[in-house]
Amino acid sequence: MNLRPFGRGRLTGTVDVVVVGAGHSGLAMSRQLTRLAIDHVVLERGEVANSWRHERWDSLRLLTPNWQSRLPDYAYDGPDPDGFMTMPDVVDFVSGYARFIAAPVRTGVTVTSVRADDDGYRVETDRGAWRCRAVVLASGAHGAANLPAFADSVPDSVQTLTTREYRHPDQLDPRGVLVVGASASGVQLADEIARSGREVTLCVGEHIRMLRTYRGLDIQRWLDALGILDERYDTIDDVVRARRVPSPQLIGTPERRTLDLNALSDRGVTLAGRLAGLQDGKAQFSGALANHCAMADLKLGRLLDLIDSWVEENPARLASAVAGLRPADAAERFAATRVPENPPLTLDLTRGRIGTILWATGFRPDLDWLQVPVFDRKGRLRHDGGVVDAPGLYVLGLNFMRRRKSSFIHGAESDVRELGAHLVTYLSRGEVRPRRFEPTQFAPARIAAG
Amino acid sequence: MNVTVNKVAAGKVDNGVNVEALLGARQALTDAPDAARFKWRATCSWVNGTHSRSTVQSFFGLGAEQAHKAAFTYDADHPEVFASEDNGSTPVEYVLVALASCLTAGVAAVAQNRQIQLRSVKATVEAGMDLQGILGIDSEVRNGFDGIKVVFDIDADASREDIAALVAQSQKRSAVFDIVTNPTNVHVEVR
Repeated sequence: MNLRPFGRGRLTGTVDVVVVGAGHSGLAMSRQLTRLAIDHVVLERGEVANSWRHERWDSLRLLTPNWQSRLPDYAYDGPDPDGFMTMPDVVDFVSGYARFIAAPVRTGVTVTSVRADDDGYRVETDRGAWRCRAVVLASGAHGAANLPAFADSVPDSVQTLTTREYRHPDQLDPRGVLVVGASASGVQLADEIARSGREVTLCVGEHIRMLRTYRGLDIQRWLDALGILDERYDTIDDVVRARRVPSPQLIGTPERRTLDLNALSDRGVTLAGRLAGLQDGKAQFSGALANHCAMADLKLGRLLDLIDSWVEENPARLASAVAGLRPADAAERFAATRVPENPPLTLDLTRGRIGTILWATGFRPDLDWLQVPVFDRKGRLRHDGGVVDAPGLYVLGLNFMRRRKSSFIHGAESDVRELGAHLVTYLSRGEVRPRRFEPTQFAPARIAAG
Repeated sequence: MNVTVNKVAAGKVDNGVNVEALLGARQALTDAPDAARFKWRATCSWVNGTHSRSTVQSFFGLGAEQAHKAAFTYDADHPEVFASEDNGSTPVEYVLVALASCLTAGVAAVAQNRQIQLRSVKATVEAGMDLQGILGIDSEVRNGFDGIKVVFDIDADASREDIAALVAQSQKRSAVFDIVTNPTNVHVEVR
């Protein structure tokens, strides 16, 4: 069949729903759509779990223990529920899921544009076009790096890269490294690079100090038991702010160590304030480091207070929530973050001490191809808990999208269930969809080997 | 996660801050970002020696010219140990005044929003400076402060942690704290 409705390239097929991206979110939605008997296709620019395969550093493990690695109808069932998956483990897990659910994935298909069409959307790709009534954006929250405006003025003598390009310390110049950002990525890489013998300065703005374990249990056990990860976007005070909160300072390691700023200071990492500017080859740091650390210490204290009072008020709940695990140790409080008396305010990048700037400044979704007016004045997608501000358009996997856990692997399940329900209502609304084009025969789902 | 504070019965906390108006302004300016663009101004006239007099009256905001109820004037000078006449605070002391008053106003506003009754708030500010910088004795010494220390004494119906959180939040939202802790481009020209 050769359909050229607008002379804009071959029409590959017509489906009810196109899901863009075959990561854990897109696959979870595919499972939900299959259950709901909704005709769909999942378009994937690379392979299944592409970002997990190609855009992570070598030593990275998930921040969540294996028992939290679960997707609709599928969960980790290996021998180490408290361990942390390496990236190859995650790729196996997600690929195994794609096979398990027999997802209709088309790999190696890059979406080049999505436009509103008279009764839905037209999805153009580098391998033909699709017509559909609804589109689910599941291409991830990490498409484009958030770099400061002055990132262009880094002197040529200094190599710059983002956490997505970083693999291991050996790829870096032997000189010092300025790590910008103290979220999970920033602290993990500052630690790893310092261990490689390089001098590391870490720029620290607002951050979330976290413990790996508390009272004998992994912090994720507590967050799960207290329902904190289930908090909904429409029940908290300021969701805009909550969505901006950087990832907590955590690392998943077999020894379950805590990686906070004190651990980095012990490792020899120099702490500096937020990178505020670059002028005449000099990096300028904010003088607000002490306050950022004080806020993080207070916030950690409030979380521990919450855990302790939960335990005191509900000893029985503790037993049921964490059955089979060793009893909780006594409550404990931890030393305040040690802030140097005079943290550096400038660092001359032209003097040869610094060879690399590693941007650990976060990412945003890359939706340049979405040609639908659904962006606010700051270029952010306008959506209400994943229901994008255009009929039949949905998004998945964003930070605190519907729940605090929305960006986690195990957060996909409840989000796709609710958005799937919304989608069914949308598809069944009003008239029967005019099928002006005969749907092409589906090729058997092509699943990437895991 | 909610902040736990020792709440006085709702509505009875009064630090003299109209939080509803502030929150209303926040919402209004979220919807109308152009109205949020303000211009702050001062003029300064030389009097004699190191003595100058600055005036603050007009500013721009909410899309229109605005004015204070009155013109406020500030005398600045150097102390007698600098062989000056000491007709007013030194300019660097005005920076301390600005920082302390900004943080203190912030404490009051945040406390009101968090339903914490304040009884007294006192900020004591001290900043070190090595005059070898401004006198050109040692080029490696900067002209400005080598650090600023602010100490708050706060009496309020709240725990020590809640008071610490007030002060932290006040810094986070303070304009002057941002101005002194982060670099700012300054353009000076002669007309």
